[in-house]
Amino acid sequence: MEQAIEATLGQVFREEAGRVTASLTRRYGNFELAEDCTQEAFVEALRTWPAQGIPSRPGAWLQRVAERRVLDRLRRDQRFAGKVSEMASALPEGGDDRLQLMFACCHPALSREAQVALTLRAVAGLTTAQIASAFLISEATVAQRITRAKRKIVTAGIPFRMPAPADLELRLNEVLAVLYLMFNEGYLASRWEVSSDRLLAEDAAWLAGLVAQMLPSQAEVLGLLALFKLQLARVEGRFTADGQLVLLADQDRSLWDREGIGEATLLLDRAAALGRPGPYQLQAAIASCHALAASWSTTDWQLLVRLYDRLLQLQPSPVVRLNRAVALWHVAGADVALREADALLAELPRYHLLHSTRAELLQDLGRDEEAQAAWAQALALTLNPAERRHLRGRALAS
Amino acid sequence: MKYMLMFVGEAEGGEEHMDEVMTDVGAWWEKYSHSGAIVGGERLQPSAHATTVHLGGSAPTIVDGPFAETKESIGGYAIVEVLDLDAALEMAKSWPGSPVVEIRPVWVD
Repeated sequence: MEQAIEATLGQVFREEAGRVTASLTRRYGNFELAEDCTQEAFVEALRTWPAQGIPSRPGAWLQRVAERRVLDRLRRDQRFAGKVSEMASALPEGGDDRLQLMFACCHPALSREAQVALTLRAVAGLTTAQIASAFLISEATVAQRITRAKRKIVTAGIPFRMPAPADLELRLNEVLAVLYLMFNEGYLASRWEVSSDRLLAEDAAWLAGLVAQMLPSQAEVLGLLALFKLQLARVEGRFTADGQLVLLADQDRSLWDREGIGEATLLLDRAAALGRPGPYQLQAAIASCHALAASWSTTDWQLLVRLYDRLLQLQPSPVVRLNRAVALWHVAGADVALREADALLAELPRYHLLHSTRAELLQDLGRDEEAQAAWAQALALTLNPAERRHLRGRALAS
Repeated sequence: MKYMLMFVGEAEGGEEHMDEVMTDVGAWWEKYSHSGAIVGGERLQPSAHATTVHLGGSAPTIVDGPFAETKESIGGYAIVEVLDLDAALEMAKSWPGSPVVEIRPVWVD
């Protein structure tokens, strides 16, 4: 029962946090004050809703309680009140407040850590404790980051409005980078069974959906949302019941969420129709190529190599080159792929996936001794328990 | 909001491009003075001509040179009055006179 209420509260907070914070910021011109009071309203809700039941319009309830707190504080500090009313008159109205809130939280004048923490708290309504557990850092660290970031927004005059059209794309990249980091932090965590990681990935996808809804003609936003949906659609196949990592090649594809994959494909089509390709769309296209293949062996590797080539043009990175090498293996053979992988050793000497890929390729070429050495290297370089178990299994089987 | 833009380091190109840089700086200053953004500011002599006073001890000590020996020092500043940080950033991004600009909000009680 209590758990059900907590889940509902989480849902309500996620839906309402950004809205309440944003509307109070607009009305009273002070982000720090608005955010504090919104959190206080949530604490109040956590205290009273389980006993009294969830109000019929939870958003309006939260808004009312938060606003009352704002007014209390303003009355207590008249000097501050004068300043606030002066600021409030300068704030324009219009558009969805939450998007402006996101642009403020992801302002380049804030550090990436601060952007992430602030977005999770102010826009997605997570508590400090939830953020701390998702990033494996102490609550005190998160609290300090958020406090410092909120102060900076107010003191440095970080605006609460949409960036100028000339800056929109650049600033949007900042928002998308925060969402991408947030998603991967949750999705790639070895503790997927831990609900906070799952929630983090789902929150990132939810926020991306929100941005896509508000900026429907930004192709990269649609691309990022499609990428998230594709990854989430394959979640059920990624771990065995006892928490063992399953590689894409070995996943039971009947566990994948076909509906989610279909939605993502439509999004990707919409993005492509806008004629503005970008790295997120390409990553989503790569993910969709895997998602649509009936099996690992019938995957369209030719297409994948082409997609990786285009991604490399936009985003030259050794990790992307490694992924391309894997696709190339199926198109041009293990020796060609191994040459590509070997060329990355200087750049990625401590990247365990490079060594495990080399091990697979060496094994394919019958060079078993070298393969064993590469497995050992890969194992020595990862701490992630699920990946360690997996690598040990592979090394033994070879 | 009131900010101080601190112009850090020297413009690239050295002596021979100095005239060009000064012309660009003049145009920038003119543009933002005209718009009302700049409310004050000065160009400073190089830090070689700085004198520093330390007040920590029992009596003030006076030392030749800047307070911190760094390669990049502040060569000038502008006090600007603009809507918000984005407006100050817009100004800083087009500053032609030095490779680094630090933006600091002015203390308000």
